[in-house]
Amino acid sequence: MKGVIAGLEMREPSSLDEALSAMRNDPSLVPLAGCTDLYVALNFGTLESTRFLNLWSIDELRVIEKSNDALSIGALTTYKSIIQSKLVRKRLPMLISAAREIGGAQIHNRGTLGGNIANGSPAGDTLPVLAAADATVVMRSADAERRVPLTQFYTGYRKSVLRADELIVAVEIPSFSGKQWFRKVGTRAAQAISKVVMAAVRSPRPRIALGSVAPTVIRLPMTEGALEEGAPIQEAQRILMDEISPIDDMRSTEEYRRRVASNLLGRFWAETE
Amino acid sequence: MHASKIASPLAVGRNVPRKDSAEKVAGAAKYVDDLVFPGMLYGRTIRSTIPRGRIAATRLAFDQRGFVVADYRDIPGRNVVALIEDDQPFLAEREIRHTAEPILLLAHESRDLLLRAHVEIGYERENPVLDPESSPTAFKSLAIDKGEIEDGFSEADIIIEGEYRTGHQEHIYIETNGVIAVPQDGGITLLGSMQCPFYVHKALKSMLGWSDERIRVVQTETGGGFGGKEEYPSLIAGHAALLALKANRPVKIVYDRAEDMIATTKRHPAIVRHRTGVKRDGRLTAMDIDIVMDAGAYVTLSPVVLSRGAIHAAGPYRCDHVRVRGRAMMTNTPPNGAFRGFGAPQTQFAVEVHMERIAETLGIDPVKLRETNAFRPGDTTSTGQILGEDCSALDVLRRAVRRSGFRTRQRRYAGTNRGIGLALFYHGSGFTGGGEVRLASKASLGLTERGVQILVASTEIGQGTRTMHAQIVADALGVPFDDVYPVQPDTSNVPDSGPTVASRTCMVVGRILQQCAEEMKTRLGGMTPREFFAAHGPMIVTSEYEGPSGIKWDDSTYRGDAYSTYAWACDVAEVEINPDTFEVRPLKLTCVHDIGKAIHPVLVAGQIEGGTAQGIGYALIEQVVMREGSMANAQLTNYTIPTTLDTPPIDVVIVENPSRYGPHGAKGVGELPIDGPAPAIVNAVRSIGIDLREIPAVPEIVMKAIDLGKGKTDARHVPL
Amino acid sequence: MTSISVTVNGATRKHDVEPRMLLVHYLREVLGLTGTHVGCDTSQCGACCVCVDGLVVKSCTVLAVQANGSKVTTIEGMSAPGLLHPLQEAFWEEHGLQCGFCTPGMIMAADDLLRRNPTPTEEEIRAGLDGNLCRCTGYHNIVKAVQRAAGRMGQTRDTFTIDAMAGKTDEFPTPAAKH
Repeated sequence: MKGVIAGLEMREPSSLDEALSAMRNDPSLVPLAGCTDLYVALNFGTLESTRFLNLWSIDELRVIEKSNDALSIGALTTYKSIIQSKLVRKRLPMLISAAREIGGAQIHNRGTLGGNIANGSPAGDTLPVLAAADATVVMRSADAERRVPLTQFYTGYRKSVLRADELIVAVEIPSFSGKQWFRKVGTRAAQAISKVVMAAVRSPRPRIALGSVAPTVIRLPMTEGALEEGAPIQEAQRILMDEISPIDDMRSTEEYRRRVASNLLGRFWAETE
Repeated sequence: MHASKIASPLAVGRNVPRKDSAEKVAGAAKYVDDLVFPGMLYGRTIRSTIPRGRIAATRLAFDQRGFVVADYRDIPGRNVVALIEDDQPFLAEREIRHTAEPILLLAHESRDLLLRAHVEIGYERENPVLDPESSPTAFKSLAIDKGEIEDGFSEADIIIEGEYRTGHQEHIYIETNGVIAVPQDGGITLLGSMQCPFYVHKALKSMLGWSDERIRVVQTETGGGFGGKEEYPSLIAGHAALLALKANRPVKIVYDRAEDMIATTKRHPAIVRHRTGVKRDGRLTAMDIDIVMDAGAYVTLSPVVLSRGAIHAAGPYRCDHVRVRGRAMMTNTPPNGAFRGFGAPQTQFAVEVHMERIAETLGIDPVKLRETNAFRPGDTTSTGQILGEDCSALDVLRRAVRRSGFRTRQRRYAGTNRGIGLALFYHGSGFTGGGEVRLASKASLGLTERGVQILVASTEIGQGTRTMHAQIVADALGVPFDDVYPVQPDTSNVPDSGPTVASRTCMVVGRILQQCAEEMKTRLGGMTPREFFAAHGPMIVTSEYEGPSGIKWDDSTYRGDAYSTYAWACDVAEVEINPDTFEVRPLKLTCVHDIGKAIHPVLVAGQIEGGTAQGIGYALIEQVVMREGSMANAQLTNYTIPTTLDTPPIDVVIVENPSRYGPHGAKGVGELPIDGPAPAIVNAVRSIGIDLREIPAVPEIVMKAIDLGKGKTDARHVPL
Repeated sequence: MTSISVTVNGATRKHDVEPRMLLVHYLREVLGLTGTHVGCDTSQCGACCVCVDGLVVKSCTVLAVQANGSKVTTIEGMSAPGLLHPLQEAFWEEHGLQCGFCTPGMIMAADDLLRRNPTPTEEEIRAGLDGNLCRCTGYHNIVKAVQRAAGRMGQTRDTFTIDAMAGKTDEFPTPAAKH
């Protein structure tokens, strides 16, 4: 049932610098943008914060560009902009597949890539894509900028290395080759939360990332290693089942997630031959 | 049939515009939460957080300035929601029987302060009963017997048994429940989202101990009901009234989605066991059926839900020896209640999947098995009712098989991950047994300056009541459709036409209106309504339901004519199973429905399409996750109903085999469509070789069924 | 309290609002525009859809202050009084509604879709409306309504009078195969 939403405070910075200095002065501020995840938590009383920083109008964080051969996507880029981006289509089509499956048109218009990362749900649909693409999260504070690979960004269930005075400003995806593959398994055909979500790249060193099967998005180094060494797919599937640690929850079961993740690996392998 | 009496019908059978479209497409229709009254407070319900126990202490741990607080001691009359049994309190006194049971009420003009108010409730906990099969308390037990079951089994070549399970289903009307209570002039007015204004009226009279005229109930525009606003609004109205009378100010209670899902009624889960005797050629010789329904913590409507379920439990099939035993068991979960289909979807799921298993066991084609056994006119149902010419079971079956290209697709899908299956089903129109006669519903027509006014308590909840009633009246009177207009149901202004439930609004109330119109036409004496009004002023004509003659029913023995007529249907489902994810995707549904007469074909098709979509959700994705007697996934994020992409093309064919009793031959249509999709879909999955006997058939269940099927010799084909 | 200025259905509205106020509550309770509905509180149902700066959003997950300086269109702003937008007309004609609670949000989402794609296929319509839930219709007539509106919006007429709808009793196709 509804949580209390009284006593919220909202700051409205007009630039990134202003936002960062506000966060340095007051680390209790929680940044928000499209609100597509945040308001749900707020509404259900599962979010304790009451002081917010509205980033929505900071257009400098909405840029999609090539920088030093890497693809750089600003944190406030909406799913709609991702879907429409020719650059993303060329470099990271699996991100478009993921963005399309996040909510309906209304969520595409508001939800942001940075928000999906910051929210840190293990079911976040773009996260396996970014993990499989070896993306780097670019974080900035009033004092400094730092970069952390997405695979090292999360430290536990909805926990990350992001400090209270830092904002995610962009993700950078290095250039890579290989066939990209994405599959989301939700509770229905649209507007679903993932039960299993996989992104993978078929290359001499295959990369496989899964969501909803562990407290955070994960890469599967052992499975990848086996495939790289030429192990048969059936063996890689067995390794995958040992490598993940899904749980039972209200949406699915541990056993289902394990089996389906294994099946998706097989499908990925067959479809990218 | 009545239509023959009318020269050139003007509106009936045509797709006239809805009476309520203008307001609805413009966003101008006023739902309860759109209304605001001067000085209005908001109400909140404090609920139990345990499934069973006793209240030890309550403490209001907040600053009470500006608050109105009410508990059971504020109830001037009886603290029971008057319905079938007087067991459910408006507010718990000591005993807690389920999670989310109302205990205390708060009102304040600030919704923020209201939400912030913390009430501490101490409990003495007791162990809850959560499994209906091990519950010591049956709210209702019933027996239907036809022939001698043991004789039937001794005639059989083979006996086939099976157990089938269906889950809860949440209504998910898109508008949540809400009521506003406005005290005025020594009385009180309740405005709200509801199906049955006179149910609310009756419950409030009993709660307040007041006379009829002091209580006025007005239905506001209602954003869907599906049975979920049949009995529950009485409870909310009681709460709003208590707060409003104590505050002497209007009070609005509108549930948010989570509260609506946690606290209000759902479809009864059921376990149905079949033991069936058959001849090798497929003829049924004995049907022994045991039904257990989970009623939840209070009786509410469970006896009648069980009753309808039991009457439909043997399916639309001839069999000389039938034994049905049914029990509605108490559990410490929120009470289950009315939901479109009212017990019949559960039992017809079971019998239709069982029929498929019989066909598999005998090696008979499933269509052939149903053709062999389907009711024909003159056949006798399990209650001993002799079916008349309005029985269309065989006709809808054959049409559906032809229309869907069943045979061709059966061949085409063989050996693939696609399958096709069907379900043959029926639904009794109106109240069960003598219910309609006991109700003695009334309807009125008023002649006014504007034209002809329809005065009924039947509510428009989306199904098209206003439009369809106006069509019937317009033609019976011989006036243009646009001259007939509905009024919002208001107990101070309309007669009690009975509740808007049980697929009775067209067939029963429409028929009474037709009688009113016929009488008004006589009284007009050849004048047009306008001429008559100019000459004589207004006129009101009221008519009462007359039970069809020759219909007999005995409630104590469950023998007789359970319904004055039945609507008949056959659904064909085509599905595809994803071998990686075990997801079942419906590709197409073909729905052939005999509903007697389509007063408005597009509205009828809309009922069939909407009911079918709801049935697809019931079959595949709508899973209520209960933990410790409480719904754990009470948000639309995790309780998922079909979106545009989950709903396949639905090919609707309307068949019109008229009933003697409904206007123009109409039978009930509202509920029939939800009885068929689940068994049709599960049978389509069966045709792929997966032995499914449970819904919702979420992928996790399908996966298990596939695992169980592997290694079994009777699985014809397991491609996965 | 924060001061905001929002252009709603063409008129500039200025108010001091609590920062926590949702756009949907601003529209419904401050401006009295109750055609925008609340169905779920979790941004699933889409009954609260409005158009902000040319994009459809779920106004239950947008804060009123985030609409500061924006142009907002609600269902009430889709047509002038007494007139109908082609989508409203098509929802009426095709019976793309039953209880009507999802209808305003559905029309706003359909409008967004047709602005992006004036000639959508049935599949594209279904994909474009997958963020809006309807429990009554099974979506069939909603899809037909959007198809009909798309066809008409490609032509010249922009709005229709409500009066012109009255008496149109028999133009709509019947799905029934008669007995």
